[in-house]
Amino acid sequence: MAEEKETILRIRDLHITFCSLDGSIHAIQGVDLDLAKGETVALVGESGSGKSVTMKAVMGILANNVSAGKGTIEFRYHHEDGRTETVDILKQDKKWIRRNINGKRIAMVFQDPMTSLDPTMSIGKQIMEGMIWHFKIPKQEAWNRAVELLKEVEMEEPRKRMKQYPHQLSGGQRQRVVIAIALACNPEILICDEPTTALDVTIQAKIIELIKRIQKERQLSVVYITHDFGVVAKIADYVNVMYAGKIVEKGTTDEIFYDPRHPYTWGLLSAMPDLDAREERLSTIPGSPPNLLYERAGDAFAPRNPYALVVDDKVKPPMFRITDTHFAATWLLDPRAPKVEMPKQLRLRLNRMKKEAEEHAGKL
Amino acid sequence: MPVNYNQPPLLKVEGLRQYFRVCASCTVKAVEDVSFEIYPGETYGLVGESGSGKSTIGRSIIRLYTPTDGRICFHGMDISRRMNPDTKTSLHTQIQMIFQDPKASLNPRKIAGDIIGEGLDIHHSCKSRAERDAKVKEIFVKVGLAPEHVSRYPHEFSGGQQQRLCIARALIMNPKLIIADECTSALDVSIQAQVVNLMKDIQEETGTAYLFITHNLSIVKYISHRIGVLHLGHLLETGTAEEIFGHPIHPYTKSLLSAIPVPNPAVEKNRILECYNYKTSGIDYSKGSYHLVEGMHYVKCTDDEFYKWN
Repeated sequence: MAEEKETILRIRDLHITFCSLDGSIHAIQGVDLDLAKGETVALVGESGSGKSVTMKAVMGILANNVSAGKGTIEFRYHHEDGRTETVDILKQDKKWIRRNINGKRIAMVFQDPMTSLDPTMSIGKQIMEGMIWHFKIPKQEAWNRAVELLKEVEMEEPRKRMKQYPHQLSGGQRQRVVIAIALACNPEILICDEPTTALDVTIQAKIIELIKRIQKERQLSVVYITHDFGVVAKIADYVNVMYAGKIVEKGTTDEIFYDPRHPYTWGLLSAMPDLDAREERLSTIPGSPPNLLYERAGDAFAPRNPYALVVDDKVKPPMFRITDTHFAATWLLDPRAPKVEMPKQLRLRLNRMKKEAEEHAGKL
Repeated sequence: MPVNYNQPPLLKVEGLRQYFRVCASCTVKAVEDVSFEIYPGETYGLVGESGSGKSTIGRSIIRLYTPTDGRICFHGMDISRRMNPDTKTSLHTQIQMIFQDPKASLNPRKIAGDIIGEGLDIHHSCKSRAERDAKVKEIFVKVGLAPEHVSRYPHEFSGGQQQRLCIARALIMNPKLIIADECTSALDVSIQAQVVNLMKDIQEETGTAYLFITHNLSIVKYISHRIGVLHLGHLLETGTAEEIFGHPIHPYTKSLLSAIPVPNPAVEKNRILECYNYKTSGIDYSKGSYHLVEGMHYVKCTDDEFYKWN
């Protein structure tokens, strides 16, 4: 690409610790993340790996029992007159974030549309609420804009919908309304926190197409949180795989799918049921995610990792560089480490995927 | 494990209808004229979007609802109408159910051992306390939990372990049929794979049949021998997993299969979805009848549609 990519969100060495009755929980342990304008970054991982907490920190909507937030979250945004300004969100107070960031410049779509909509307010009112609060525009104008937004998210009969309540809509329609609310103030970043997990496959496919279309039209930057690799393949430009509060592998979508290096990524990819192969058993990642109450020396993934080395129990692995965009935190990439191949089943599958991709490219 | 389709079916559902009366003028027709069979040791997958009536069918079979019309035969006994006490007992012991949300379906105030042993207690199937405890521990090991955890409460287990508990509770009565209603959709990818493998292992060992209700098509292909596709209460297409995935006939099945995201970025980014809209498609489900495609593959449509789609 000729022009320089404009990074609008830069997270460096983010640490977040929660206080609980049992002790402090180190939910995020040093996350680095970059998001450029008009791009989609996916955060992938099991539940409890810290995907949502990272993005909630960006929104400034963490729970009140955060005891320590280290690191920086630099957000570069545009004023209405075209000036740009860079702020560190972690250092701002809640009131400032509420006025300048939430909904206005960074908007979020949550997992369950029923719980994120207010059941006692009409759809129209909920869409208009943000615009009236942030821009202080007259009600009639907000109404017109809201109807436009409902058209944009492909709702039928937008004027009729404005007066309806969330319980009168189906799950897919509700999620469309939530997306319309998120877009109401023309944000620069859209954070989608598992927006399709509660929906059916057919509706999921439609919602993803919608997000993709809107992103292209509005030049939005999207952070997509999910645990479904199929969705990632469809939407993302870059993928970050998270485990136990850390990013263990990051790279472009093609690098992660066709050349994964971290054993955890191998595990996640092979745990997905394969539609083409007829294997007798699904391969699994043994055990379950670690409890972040207890700090572990060494790699957090080591107890579940069949390829773990002795050093994994002692020293945390640094990020090893594979290409300019592809990094992985595993000691297996150290030049001194023994050569370890990915599981055979996965290798065969990746080869088949590459072949399919080539065939597909030939067809176009 | 291959299934013997020549023996008499374990469960036979014929023309099942389940209506719910909301008020005098409005009746919800959740299930319309559904027929299928499940053979011993087989996994039958029911797929469809939410609101298509998949869970209702499961609940009608285990008689949480009284069917409006149709016959459900289990082991040659009619279980769709009033039952005599013997039939009732065998229904309650030989058909078990696993629910979607393990957390919500386990009593938070009972220890794991008591939750699992409850069925044994109710049916007085054990002579002594020691025998019961031994049985509970045996089941615990079978589903991959540590036997010393019998005295724990449900909240002390992780999500995957809780689902294992639910499976253990269903297994302890030695059922012939387990109805699994969306039993993996609340779990993470890696844990989901563990639970599915466990269910396969158990089937191999005990020969139970599963009715696997889900909207996750990739899992259903993995676990099921045969699949039924449900839409708006009608069973549109049924056949073996290979027949449905390899050679779908009905446009709804095709659109459902095309909606599965493929974990291959180069292919997935340029794929075009097949759209299906019942209202504009001009298909009337209630006019259709079952047509044989090949083998065990049936599709519900009229003669003209069958000719057109083929």
